[in-house]
Amino acid sequence: MKKITMLTGLMAGAAMLISQASLAMSDCGEIIIGSAISLTGKYATNGVHAQKGYEYGITKIKENGGVMVDGKCYNFKVVYYDDESKGDRAATLAERLISQDKVQYMLGPYSSGMTKAIAPVTEKYKIPMVEAEGASRSLFNKGYKYIFAVLSTSEQYLASAIALAAEKAEASGKSASSVTVAIAVENDPFSLDVRAGVLDDAKSFGMKVVIDEKLPRDLSDMSAILTKVKLLKPDVLVVSGHSKGAATAVRQIGEQNIKVPMIAITHCEAADVTGKFGDAANDFLCSTQWSETLAYEDPIFGTAAEYEMGFKSEYPEYKSKKVPYQTAQATAAVYVFKDAFERANSMDKEKVRDALSATDLSTFYGHIKFSEAGNNIAKPMVLRQIQDGKYNVVAPSEFASHKLNWPRM
Amino acid sequence: MDQILGNLSLLVEFPIVNLKIIIDGVMIGALFVLVAYGLALVWGVMNVKNLAQGDFVISGGYVSWWLVEQGFPALLGVPVAFIVMWGIGWVIYKLVISRVIERDLFTSLLATFGLAIMMAQILNLLFGSDTQSVDLGYETLFFADGLITIPIAKLIGVLMAATLAAAVIIFMKSSRMGQAIRATAQDARAARVMGIDTEKVYAFTFSLNSAICGAAGAIIVMVWLIQPFYGISYSIRAFVVVTAAGLGNLPGVIAAGLGIGALEQFGAHIFGIGYQQAIAVLLLLLVLIFRLIQQRRQRQVLK
Repeated sequence: MKKITMLTGLMAGAAMLISQASLAMSDCGEIIIGSAISLTGKYATNGVHAQKGYEYGITKIKENGGVMVDGKCYNFKVVYYDDESKGDRAATLAERLISQDKVQYMLGPYSSGMTKAIAPVTEKYKIPMVEAEGASRSLFNKGYKYIFAVLSTSEQYLASAIALAAEKAEASGKSASSVTVAIAVENDPFSLDVRAGVLDDAKSFGMKVVIDEKLPRDLSDMSAILTKVKLLKPDVLVVSGHSKGAATAVRQIGEQNIKVPMIAITHCEAADVTGKFGDAANDFLCSTQWSETLAYEDPIFGTAAEYEMGFKSEYPEYKSKKVPYQTAQATAAVYVFKDAFERANSMDKEKVRDALSATDLSTFYGHIKFSEAGNNIAKPMVLRQIQDGKYNVVAPSEFASHKLNWPRM
Repeated sequence: MDQILGNLSLLVEFPIVNLKIIIDGVMIGALFVLVAYGLALVWGVMNVKNLAQGDFVISGGYVSWWLVEQGFPALLGVPVAFIVMWGIGWVIYKLVISRVIERDLFTSLLATFGLAIMMAQILNLLFGSDTQSVDLGYETLFFADGLITIPIAKLIGVLMAATLAAAVIIFMKSSRMGQAIRATAQDARAARVMGIDTEKVYAFTFSLNSAICGAAGAIIVMVWLIQPFYGISYSIRAFVVVTAAGLGNLPGVIAAGLGIGALEQFGAHIFGIGYQQAIAVLLLLLVLIFRLIQQRRQRQVLK
């Protein structure tokens, strides 16, 4: 065994020498980053969105002169492993990336659950990880020091809908506390955070929560909840259950002709509710981390709209649909790494970690600045409403491009 | 607890809701009946407990969904899924099931469990992990001030399920093959002695089961949603129904299927939708306990 490790050590050393040598001759070196991501299993769709986001970011940075560290230029290269959408597998693969493949930096997996599985490993080995797809707030209350998330945490996803409902109630002459709220969320870390955020906000306005239910994981029928909605007539209905929750909600709310003045859901784009259910999806509020209509920009990817166009020309399979925010934030994570490497001006992972924690960067995805805990505190969540099959930003008001249709239908 | 009481009081306050819940339950129960009947058939005839039952359902759903994506009318999906899944069922029988029929319980459980995992993964690789559904675009019928809603799509689904069930029953009762299947179920050795090609009967039965599941899946995709990993929830319900009803007890299967559909809806209403599946499993436990007590009283032995 020892012999083998020595042999691989020698080989790695030799390989390093060669790459050093080739570095001197060719233009750029490589910075190897590891990532365990869901390429198969239940998160595969979004896992692939994220992977393409990483790859697009790497390509664009390469086109723009790469990463400059200590006067030399480098390009990112990501070693991917497929975690099969399983947490234990993700943790094993993170171990393997760090101890066998010797990666010094990591890009996050897809979903809060996978990120939660990997974070203890990266902490143990003190490997800086920039993640773009784990929004659960439980990731940021464990005192982790090597995890940095470019996205807004999940309790913010639908909380703004509550503020919007309060605003509307007051505008129509009622008090905000008269608003009643119905909540139906899946029983997973992400959706429970969404629920916590909604509950907090509803409480601060003194609103009454009349329905508060957990959706099962294999959801295909929520008529039991919708019957109650019909009877109790809440003013706001909040549904969060990944793509299947969105699809089930839109389909059955349309089918059963549920009239609630405001309905807010997550994962509209991922479930392609406009494409699949057409008019039934109108007037739903959808939360999003990012929208291509927002006025964010940076020197590499341009504006949000330019990012969308650039990505579509690189990946023509996205031509007919919207580029999901999961992709945009994955690209932003790569960009954050580039920025940190350049400011650290070193390959030392501790220095890179410190540079990451001092990030203060404007990107096409929004401003990025990390709290002590590693979550991004500089970017708000955005609410879009589906109006005639189009996603239009309606809240928060400083970003709103369209007026809210209220009450819906 | 408050919520449970509140939910119960809703049922009393609006009695019509009870009717709605029963209608919803019976509509989904009709599909459980189909899937469970197929399971009972395979279980009874060749003593194979097919854990991949739900995955046949989901596969059928994907056949229909794929067809609609290619621009074919949605209702065509049901017969096509029936035929395609017949073929797939036959291939699976020849490759896997025929090798485990004579083996003990564990071998067939393990084999079909492996099959279930494999089918889910293959569907995932082929179609991705997104939830899929087919929108028929039909209207919804409203009764009782809009409290009772019957989407026409669901109604069509239930009618198709009923037609298929009736066709299978008539086939089993009156055709030669149906008789052969029943004979084999009663005593395979005697059937062989009487000149029945039991190998053929087995292959036919398994393919028929797969086809029934496929058609059920094609109906499900029109009315609810499918996802590559949803098979297990149909498998569980099918097992509950068959255990509750017993093998070879068709009226029992129908009653149990519809009943479980309705009870689940009631449970979801009272305890919250998160407990819907737990209720199915709880019912299974109750049925098993009841059966054990019953058998003890009759001084029978469990085989």
